[in-house]
Amino acid sequence: MDKKDLIYQLKQQIIKQLNLADKKPEDIKDDDPLFVEGLGLDSIDALELIVLLQQEYQIKLKNAEEGQTIFRSVNTMADYILEQQAGAAN
Amino acid sequence: MKINDLYITQAVCIKEGKLVHNNLEIALNRPENKDFFQVLYDELEIDYPRFFKMDAMGKLGIAAGHLLLKDFAINIYQTEELGIVLSNRSGSIEADVNYFESAKTFPSPSLFVYTLPNIVIGEISIRYGFKGENAFFISEQFNAEWMVFYVNDLMENRGIRACICGWIDVQDGQYDVRLFLIEKGKNNGLNFTAGQLDRMGATA
Repeated sequence: MDKKDLIYQLKQQIIKQLNLADKKPEDIKDDDPLFVEGLGLDSIDALELIVLLQQEYQIKLKNAEEGQTIFRSVNTMADYILEQQAGAAN
Repeated sequence: MKINDLYITQAVCIKEGKLVHNNLEIALNRPENKDFFQVLYDELEIDYPRFFKMDAMGKLGIAAGHLLLKDFAINIYQTEELGIVLSNRSGSIEADVNYFESAKTFPSPSLFVYTLPNIVIGEISIRYGFKGENAFFISEQFNAEWMVFYVNDLMENRGIRACICGWIDVQDGQYDVRLFLIEKGKNNGLNFTAGQLDRMGATA
C-alpha cells in the first residue's frame, strides 16, 4: 500500500475507532494536529490510537514518549507505520 | 409537604423511544433504522461531538441535561452551587459488558472509562460546568423519598442551590431516564416532594 492510500485508510480507521461520527476522511488534513487544536483528541483517544496501531498494523509502541511524535498527525502516523513495516520486512 | 422552598423547575423522561419534557411528549422524527441516540442528537440540536464517544448512559444524561438546562440561568449561580444526584438499578452494567467483550481481543480504553455509573455525572458536569456536590446511588427502584431527603440535605448543608437529580438506568439496550432540575425559591407550584417526583417520572 502506498502512503496516500495508507493515509486515507488511517483516517477511516481513526474515525471509526474514536467514534468521530461527525467527521469524514476529507475533513482531516494530512498534517492537522490530532490533539488539542486539530481534531481535539484527548488522552483516552491517545490510548485508542495505540490500540489501533496494535490491532490493525501489529505495531507495538516501544515507549509511550514516542507517541507524542508518532501521533502528531495522520502523516506522521503513516510515516511511522511504513517505517515499522519496512523494518519488519528486512 | 413543601420542603425548604424547593421546586421542580424542569423534568425530562426518556423511555422506550419516548421523550417527555415537563410532562409534554416531544415528537421525534425517527426514520427507521436510525440510531435513537443519533435521533436525540439531531432533533435536540445538541452540537457536542464528544456525545458520540460516550456510552449510552452518558448520551442519555447529556440529552436529558440539554433539555433540563436549555433555559437555565446558570449565571445566577456559582458553579460550586450546582449539584447532581443520580441513581439507578443497573450501575454501569452495559458499559461493563461492552468492555468485557472488547477485552477478549483488545481492551478498549474508551469503553473502560465508562465502567463506573457515576461517569454520567462527570459528563454532565463537564458539559454544563457543574462543580458542586454529587452522588450516585444504586437501588432496586427509584427511591423518591431518599432523593428528596438527600437533595434537601445538600441544599440545606452543602451550599447547593440548584441540583439535577433522578434516575438513569440502562440495561440490555433498554433505558429509563427520569431527571429533574431542582431549584430553591423558584415557586412554580411544583413542590419538590417524593409524590411529585413519582408522578412526573411516570409520564414517559
